[in-house]
Amino acid sequence: MESEQTTMEATKKNGPGSGRTPDAGVEAGAADRLLAVAAGREVPSEVHEQVLRERPVLEVDRFNLWYGAKQALHNITMPIPHNHVTALVGPSGCGKSTLLRSVNRLNDLVPSARTTGTMRLNGDSIYDPRVDVIELRKRMGMVFQRPNPFPMSIYENVVYALRIDGEGNRGILDEVCEMSLRGAALWDEVKDRLKDSALGLSGGQQQRLCIARAIAAEPEVLLLDEPCSALDPIATGKVEDLIQELRGRYSVLIVTHNMQQASRTSDYTAFMYLGRLIEYGPTTEIFTKPILRETEAYVTGRFG
Amino acid sequence: MSSERQRPRRLRSAHSNLSAHGEPWVWLTAGSLALAIAMITGLLCFIAIRGAATFWPVPLELVELADGRKVLGEVTGRQTAVQPGRDAPEQAARRLVRTANFEFTGNHYEWIDESAITATTLPEWATAVDRLEGGRFHGFPLRLMHGEEVVAAGAEGVWEEFERIHPAARERFRAARSIDKHDRGVLQRRLRAARLDVVQAGLSSGLESPQRAESVKRESEVIAAVELEEKILDQKTASLRAQNAGWGVEFETPGGEKTILPLDSIVRAWQPNRLSLASKAQLYGARWGEFLADDPREANSAGGVFPAIWGTIAMTLIMAVFVAPFGVLAALYLREYATRGPVTAAVRIAINNLAGVPSIVYGAFGLGFFCYVLGAGIDGVFFRPSLIADNQPTFGTGGLLWASLTLALLTLPVVIVATEEALSAVPNSMREGSYACGASKWQTIRRIVLPRALPGIMTGLILAMARGAGEVAPLMLVGVKKIALDLPIDGTFPFVHPEREFMHLAYLIYDVGFQSPNSEAAKPMVFTITFLLVAIIALLNLTAIWIRSRLQRRYVAQQF
Ligand SMILES: Nc1ncnc2c1ncn2[C@@H]1O[C@H](COP(=O)(O)OP(=O)(O)O)[C@@H](O)[C@H]1O
Ligand SMILES: [Mg+2]
Repeated sequence: MESEQTTMEATKKNGPGSGRTPDAGVEAGAADRLLAVAAGREVPSEVHEQVLRERPVLEVDRFNLWYGAKQALHNITMPIPHNHVTALVGPSGCGKSTLLRSVNRLNDLVPSARTTGTMRLNGDSIYDPRVDVIELRKRMGMVFQRPNPFPMSIYENVVYALRIDGEGNRGILDEVCEMSLRGAALWDEVKDRLKDSALGLSGGQQQRLCIARAIAAEPEVLLLDEPCSALDPIATGKVEDLIQELRGRYSVLIVTHNMQQASRTSDYTAFMYLGRLIEYGPTTEIFTKPILRETEAYVTGRFG
Repeated sequence: MSSERQRPRRLRSAHSNLSAHGEPWVWLTAGSLALAIAMITGLLCFIAIRGAATFWPVPLELVELADGRKVLGEVTGRQTAVQPGRDAPEQAARRLVRTANFEFTGNHYEWIDESAITATTLPEWATAVDRLEGGRFHGFPLRLMHGEEVVAAGAEGVWEEFERIHPAARERFRAARSIDKHDRGVLQRRLRAARLDVVQAGLSSGLESPQRAESVKRESEVIAAVELEEKILDQKTASLRAQNAGWGVEFETPGGEKTILPLDSIVRAWQPNRLSLASKAQLYGARWGEFLADDPREANSAGGVFPAIWGTIAMTLIMAVFVAPFGVLAALYLREYATRGPVTAAVRIAINNLAGVPSIVYGAFGLGFFCYVLGAGIDGVFFRPSLIADNQPTFGTGGLLWASLTLALLTLPVVIVATEEALSAVPNSMREGSYACGASKWQTIRRIVLPRALPGIMTGLILAMARGAGEVAPLMLVGVKKIALDLPIDGTFPFVHPEREFMHLAYLIYDVGFQSPNSEAAKPMVFTITFLLVAIIALLNLTAIWIRSRLQRRYVAQQF
């Protein structure tokens, strides 16, 4: 508990406001930071001040997660700004998906997973024992790495969240279906075959269908876990355009492997490494003048 | 030095040895498959050919023997047997002839040595007769008689007349039998119901109560009404039988005996030696028709198997109706809800082992539990009068319901294992997608997992039906009977009688093949019944496969 406290303070102290700048003297120390992480030592996160000035939709607060004995997330503290796109980048296995799945508590399904710390969605605690996980998940939407349409018609896929809430009004369902499909830029392609099986769509269409499904219930935050990694370039382009359109209307937390995608689509970018948040700030700053050398090294593709 | 040593090694590896290529393994695997296919198709073809050939009319050979005896019959087998000779064992060819005419020959079949045969001919008017009783008859038609009056004489004339009047006579015979079997049965049941009402009234209100007096009065009314109706039925059957009485066909056997076969006891008669191919085909179709649609005769070795077809299909479907929900629910709990651990593992192993328990054990359990405990309990509560008055159990003995339940139990492991497999084959990403939409576990199972697993579950059900439909041993204990002509669904209230005993094709195979007094004649029937059973199981499976492929198209498509 005490160590967590000190880390928090360190985070604040080492923020850009504290006057620390990426000068020549840091270069050696900066590389050390990743080594220190690898060695398992506590390392402060660099969080840019602009992030803290935004109104957060989701607050991650000193969050730790273990899979059995193995710790996958170390003391993550990060606010996710409202109605902005926030990208999570970092090498494979650094815990990006784990963090995302912790937000809607999908990790509850993993028997070995254990957490400390908390998260808040618009001020409501997510990890409070009294929270109804089902109600909680209804406030979020999630899109996975591989498209996972349900074995039912396109229409039923989109209105799935409403169906399980017992919504039977045809008018409402039709309207939500059309709005969500339009929102996911899929309406024109499927409007004539809404009753067809969703499994007959192409991969890119399936992924946009999953996005439509995720936004159908008007989520407070949209979680996208590498939504383009299983898609071909054209489908990727369409999904990226779609994320651009969602910007400003939805709060989006997106995991991506692709630096260009992060820089094109996101407002804020967080760099993670081995379960730790290393640096978090506005995308332009992370990609042009990051505080840490290792962030720069990573985003320019020199490692990772 | 080292490069020199390497060279030959390279040369060798360029050729590469046989086992490295894996060729022998390809041959071995392909050979195993070929062997399996050969055995399966061989068995099925054998059954199909023998089964389909049963009803094809075979020529009647008139065999004259050295000792002057004459035998008329179908040659059903040939053999070279080794016989003890004077000096050394001798090879002797012989043929098996279906001599029929049991009342004269004392045999149905006879082995005849080729050496004893002086002549073999195919007489045009040799006639084969399927009779109601007494087995097959072979002979030559002489006269058509009505009492003492000769209606027609000479083979040709007799036959012309026979074909004209025989269908109507058979029709009258069937009508009379149907009255005896059905209409009188209905009357008997009405009597019994009235009698049991009296017992029931005595039980529930006391022997001196007005209710009992009332029902006694009603019983006597019913008895009077039934007597009246019975008289009418008597008249009907008597007139039908009177019209047939006296009609007969006189035949002469090859041995020279003359006998008159009553017209209405002749099920079918034909002259195989003079039939054209078309009329042979027609006869073949008619015999199949009788086989599929009629009740059995002569201890099941002749006639049809309709009640058994009915029983087999009904039992299999009822079994499926029971086993499907039970198996699926059990598998659902095991796979989706039970926490993984030693207990679940033990349960799973136990279920798998259940599949290895000999089926007769299930039969014993079914008899002990379903019939004697459950059935006796039901009888005690709902069927007390019958138990007390007739000492006759209703559900407390074997029947269609208990047999179906027993087989459902027997096939439960198959369904559970298949369902579990199907459930675990549902991609986790789909479940997670559903949870992420805010669905509860049950909603996820009902809307995503089950539809997606349905084809796999159907596969399990198909396997279960195939296994259940072919079982014999447990059925012998829980309700299958040699002869049970009352179908479990009929026109009498309450229309469905799940407590009734029934016939089953698989048991019929055993019964006809091994319990029949005339086993040689029953042999072709065994093949035909087997053929039919296999065909029915194939039909049930094809239906299920068709349903499954429809579901598959709907729920499980390729990913990209
Ligand atoms: N269900 C799980 N059980 C155990 N370990 C897991 C599980 N899921 C992920 N991990 C581990 O947690 C770490 C982070 O994984 P993940 O969040 O999937 O990384 P990323 O998405 O950044 O590639 C990895 O080391 C991975 O092996
Ligand atoms: Mg990942």
